[in-house]
Amino acid sequence: MSNILAIANKELRSYFASPIAYIVIGLFAALYGFFFWAILQYFVAQSMQMGQFGMGPQSMNVNQQLIRPLVQNVTILVLFLMPMVTMRTYSEEKRSGTIELLLTSPLSDFQIIMGKFLGAMALYLVMLAVTLIHLAILFVYGHPEWKPILTAYVGLVLLGGCFISLGLFISSLTKNQIVAGVVTFAVFLFFWIITWIGSFSGPTVDKLTTYLSIIDHLDDFGKGVIDTTHVIYYLSFITFGLFLTAKSVDSERWRG
Amino acid sequence: MIEVQHVTKRYGRVTAVDDVSFRVEPGEILGFLGPNGAGKTTTMRILTGYMPASEGRATVAGYDVFTHPIEAKRRTGYLPETPPLYPDMTVREYLDFVARIKGVPSGERAARVDAVMRRTHVADMAARHCGKLSKGYRQRVGLAQAIIHNPDVLILDEPTAGLDPKQIIETRALIKELAGDHTIILSTHILPEVSQTCQRVVIINKGRVVAVDTPDALTSRLRGSETMYVQVDASGADASAALTRVPGVRRVAESDRQGGAVGYEIESDTGHDVRRELARAVVGSGWGLLELRPMRMSLEEVFLSLTTEDVPAAAAEPAVAEVVSE
Repeated sequence: MSNILAIANKELRSYFASPIAYIVIGLFAALYGFFFWAILQYFVAQSMQMGQFGMGPQSMNVNQQLIRPLVQNVTILVLFLMPMVTMRTYSEEKRSGTIELLLTSPLSDFQIIMGKFLGAMALYLVMLAVTLIHLAILFVYGHPEWKPILTAYVGLVLLGGCFISLGLFISSLTKNQIVAGVVTFAVFLFFWIITWIGSFSGPTVDKLTTYLSIIDHLDDFGKGVIDTTHVIYYLSFITFGLFLTAKSVDSERWRG
Repeated sequence: MIEVQHVTKRYGRVTAVDDVSFRVEPGEILGFLGPNGAGKTTTMRILTGYMPASEGRATVAGYDVFTHPIEAKRRTGYLPETPPLYPDMTVREYLDFVARIKGVPSGERAARVDAVMRRTHVADMAARHCGKLSKGYRQRVGLAQAIIHNPDVLILDEPTAGLDPKQIIETRALIKELAGDHTIILSTHILPEVSQTCQRVVIINKGRVVAVDTPDALTSRLRGSETMYVQVDASGADASAALTRVPGVRRVAESDRQGGAVGYEIESDTGHDVRRELARAVVGSGWGLLELRPMRMSLEEVFLSLTTEDVPAAAAEPAVAEVVSE
């Protein structure tokens, strides 16, 4: 465990030693703020309209009409920004040769991979933590329920974990950060749009693509529902990504 | 302390290391000598557990590097060809991180880091980022990370590559100093380095061990015959016929001529000291004996003769036979 934390700590520090952490967190905060503001404007306009029809603003649900679409939109940000976080994890170590230090130290592959995973997760949690400012504003001026917000964030954390584990795997395949970043982005995007073919490809394919879609599983979390199906989907996705990374690192070792 | 038995490494169809065997005794400095691409780095990477061998086994401090990698790695310090530094960490942060992952207990870590920084003379750069260090300092920080957990075995891949002459001398001195506490393998393609720092040499070429011996023994023993240099003032007469008649002499060749003095290279059977007879033959003929000395191959010549294609079979044979017997 101490070894895992040592690696995680090193990873996190290296994000903050380079511009990556600041750019990712800064862009994420700015765009999250924009989404929040835009959706809030829409929400306010809707509430006024409702008021004119004499239904009163109470009929508008903050959680349903604001938090849920917000979370859906935030996933786009995660999709765009996470490749920047994961692309260097292995590629950079391979390019600079520091991977030799890690692989010749008394560490297991599992410890190295978990360390890198947790390091990236920590950065992601910092990104999410910044968004709590916006939510605090909601709580000051309104009365949203906190439990669905919590589940939404649990969903976002799990989603981020999937992106990170897959990004780690792709980064472990190449020495070139840019290649890792671009491929990671393409694969993420594929998991995002995979449902598009579902609607007109028959019920079996539809079911399959909906299950595979990394985004569709998030919807219930936004509603305040923690469905074990989705939790298991995300956890198995993460485990599978980490497993592929372990296999990739091991096969690299045999091939030299 | 280190034992390599019939290790072979193949990358696809290319065989990088072919049936290499040698051992290193505790406290010894072993030089690993060979041209670039001979398989030195691959052998070292197998020993450090970076990659597994295709065949054969290697043990470090009693632990098989393949079946017990963690124990073996805990006892091994490794300096790869390019020091594995993280450019955005300071020297102190970096060494502290390495100490952590090498398993130095947290209570001793700060003291250990200070101690190795002093030992490798990088203490004045403690707060400098690794990415901003000069080549010499990078190499020394690399050495510092290799010894931070006080390993039994040190494996150094070309530790003096790219350093200036002063730094090379300092690094060699440091390596010699470390030899007391550690068993060291160092690879190099620079010959004087081996004769200056190593007690034993493994010469490797195209993945195969071509010789294992001490630097001195290698230079003197690696010939099928011994060669003497004799300079004679024969006042115009041809001395070669008289020299050829000396029992044990195989061949006489004139090598240089300065005025009346003529130099000859005389090959004789091994183990047959012909110096007395040669002297007698020259003086007995009434000529002046100006010089008589054994000619030894320099390590350079040994190296070249072992690593170039047309090695005379007789010359390489004894060395190879010895590798097998070990």
